[in-house]
Amino acid sequence: MSGANGTAPLLEMRGVNTHYGAVHILKDVEFSIYPGELVCLLGGNASGKSTTLKTLLGMVVPTTGDVLLNGEIVTDESISYRVERGVTMVPENRRLFKRLSVKDNLELGAFLRSDRSAIDADLERIFEMFPRVKERLSQKAGTLSGGEQQMVAMGRALMSDPKVLLMDEPSMGLAPALVQTNFELIEQIHSQGVAIFVVEQNANMALSIADRGWVLQTGRVVLDDTAEALLANPHLRASYLGET
Amino acid sequence: MSAAFIEEPSDEELPARRMLDQDWRKVFKYGLLLALVLVFVALTNMPVNLDRRMLIEPIFSMGYLSLFWLPAVFGLVVCREPVLAGMPSYAKGSREVLAGSLVGLIGGAGLSFLTLLLDNFNLREPLVNWSPQLLELLSFQRDTAFGIAIWLPIGLVLGTFGGLTHLLSATTRRVLSWAFVSVIAFAVFETVILDLSEGFAWLGAEWLVDELYFIRGGLTMHGAAVLAAAGSLSAAFGRDRAHRAKERFQALEGTSRTRANTIGLLALAAALVILPLFLGGITNELLANVGLFVLLALGLNIVVGLAGILDLGYVAFFAIGGYTAGILTTANRGESWPDWMPQFYWGTALVVVVILAALAGLFIGAPVIRMRGDYLAIVTLGFGEIIRLLFLSDWLGGYTGAAQGVTNIPGVQVFGLATVKGTDPRAVFYLVLFFCAIAVYVSWRLERSRLGRAWMAIREDESVAEAMGINTVNAKLMAFVVGAVLASFSGAILAAKVGSVFPNSFIILVSIVILVVVIVGGMGNIAGVIVGSVVLIGILGGPRQPGLLQEFSEYKLLIYGVLLIWMMLKRPEGLVPNVRRTRELHQDEYLQDAWLRGEIDTDSEPEDDSHSNGNTGVLPA
Repeated sequence: MSGANGTAPLLEMRGVNTHYGAVHILKDVEFSIYPGELVCLLGGNASGKSTTLKTLLGMVVPTTGDVLLNGEIVTDESISYRVERGVTMVPENRRLFKRLSVKDNLELGAFLRSDRSAIDADLERIFEMFPRVKERLSQKAGTLSGGEQQMVAMGRALMSDPKVLLMDEPSMGLAPALVQTNFELIEQIHSQGVAIFVVEQNANMALSIADRGWVLQTGRVVLDDTAEALLANPHLRASYLGET
Repeated sequence: MSAAFIEEPSDEELPARRMLDQDWRKVFKYGLLLALVLVFVALTNMPVNLDRRMLIEPIFSMGYLSLFWLPAVFGLVVCREPVLAGMPSYAKGSREVLAGSLVGLIGGAGLSFLTLLLDNFNLREPLVNWSPQLLELLSFQRDTAFGIAIWLPIGLVLGTFGGLTHLLSATTRRVLSWAFVSVIAFAVFETVILDLSEGFAWLGAEWLVDELYFIRGGLTMHGAAVLAAAGSLSAAFGRDRAHRAKERFQALEGTSRTRANTIGLLALAAALVILPLFLGGITNELLANVGLFVLLALGLNIVVGLAGILDLGYVAFFAIGGYTAGILTTANRGESWPDWMPQFYWGTALVVVVILAALAGLFIGAPVIRMRGDYLAIVTLGFGEIIRLLFLSDWLGGYTGAAQGVTNIPGVQVFGLATVKGTDPRAVFYLVLFFCAIAVYVSWRLERSRLGRAWMAIREDESVAEAMGINTVNAKLMAFVVGAVLASFSGAILAAKVGSVFPNSFIILVSIVILVVVIVGGMGNIAGVIVGSVVLIGILGGPRQPGLLQEFSEYKLLIYGVLLIWMMLKRPEGLVPNVRRTRELHQDEYLQDAWLRGEIDTDSEPEDDSHSNGNTGVLPA
């Protein structure tokens, strides 16, 4: 699965520095995500996790360095350009269009696509994956329960037919019982061949399903290893898993 | 409006409460509130101004109506309580009547007190309406003692009447209210009915009207009696039929439902085309004004209702449309224009109007849409004024006529067949109707288009919409441009209709009135916007246009304000709610209630259709 097998990286960051005003957020961040991988990004508060995601999607433009998608430099390209080429974000706290119906939410995920038959096929695929979503199709997204909203948020992201999903804290604000289900959902999507880049606070859970992981500290990548190695890393265990 | 709260009494016998088992605090609160409102209304001088307008000759004027309806409504409202699940409910009885009477009595005492003060003090300095005329009106043209004494029984009787309505059966209540409403409606809308009768003279309408109305205005006594009888009869016998028709319609599904809708729409369209032929000048003028505001409101509805951009300077585009059309078609334009510039035909000018309005939309929109929320509203407010001041300024004054405006704008020639101008309100109405039809169609198509969906996504959550790949800048600019073009149509028609445009026709108040129309009608809803225009512009009147209730034009803004506050409190979804939006607003409330009752936890959810029948349908996950 990982880069060792010689495939070209899907999404790549090369020497990226990001500033908010004068504040230096990301410092020389470099990494690559390969097709079909499940990678997690760990880090404390204000370590630059969300900025990394925003830079990848194009909501934040780096001061120096480049973002590459399929080997092409997309640093200065718009969000829609990247979405069309397979990058999609599942925003923090799900952020559904609450007053629109579930159907409208899903359709908006496919906003940039015009191949109606393929869109309908993808809708069916999502209903298969989340039968609950189909039952609630005409309901307002804001009236769904937390777990169902998470399903719709993931369904919405999948509707853009992504090659890589960027997930910002998917288990934030979910009841403990739902966190488990949530990670099962992520694995399910991953098993269909979509690469996933997940930013998480819940390091234990995230690493248990991930192939690889990075640890970000004040804007720098301080650890970069396979998930098993990271789980075994005593330094990481001490700082993120609360063990001494 | 609040029919949802009044449940039909169930079969089981409910216990009644004892007469003196009152919520005294509430009774006094409502009583004092009523007294304050009555004194306020009296001091707005509404009763004195409207006293000239007789409703039922010779006993009842609109001035007294403005005071009399309040105690009755307060007497009714004080005892209204929602039926809560799990709480005991009681039968209405003497307790409710007593509460109504007390509220009415306290309110009446307020007016008695005012009468006393009016007689003994002169507060004319701060209160301009503190006048002998008001005293005369409050004491019914007799001596002050009579006035002080009479308001107590009047309040008592009206309040009791309000309380008594609780005891009536649903049928009686309906029959009475219909009788009452028909008399008041025919009296209040006298001008229009007289106007209508001219068009239907061949049906004998004029004879009927002569019988109903007194020669100098107001219903005759026997006319009022006839109307009351007709109203109650139609309530008693017409209701079941209307009810059944409604049920039949709701039972329809799929294609037959669509067909019923289409037939309804076609009938409406036909009525709009044919009816003006029978209407008199006043009614057609009213309809034309309503149409102008429908155009404006449909445009603003796209900007505010769909895209969620709170534009407070919308009048700018109305002004650009009016000025462009005016300058291009008149011979009397500002002196800075070159002499060789021809006088354009209105239709040609309209092309320029559309292009200029779209450009203005882009130009104003470009800096504005980068802002969000409050900042955006404030900046648009500024732009609205800037455009007006530019037309007024020395810089552009040579072209726009500055304060003198553009005058002598000719009417619209329609294929040499007719000239549409202000002197022929029917022709103006048809012109407006044509553009309204376009606007409705465009709005309707846009709402269901890809762009419409993008607008709604932006309204809901702009950053996420952006993350979905929606080009939010372009989409928001498009909303601005479409809104601007619709407003400019309205401006161009206004120029041809009135024959002149002045900077003062485009004050900030116009923006606010259009926004109020959209909010009162129901944001994001085409039918709602139309109903909002009819209610506000047609009945109350626009910023410069008289409405049906011309007598109220002085109090128009007061009534707008009261209406807006009441709407926000009681019916935030607007007069004609968007089905989606109502569901959301009331579902929130409903979910809250269910949560408070402990029927819902974080992992369970209500069925979608459950809100309509109250408290069933909460399913555990």
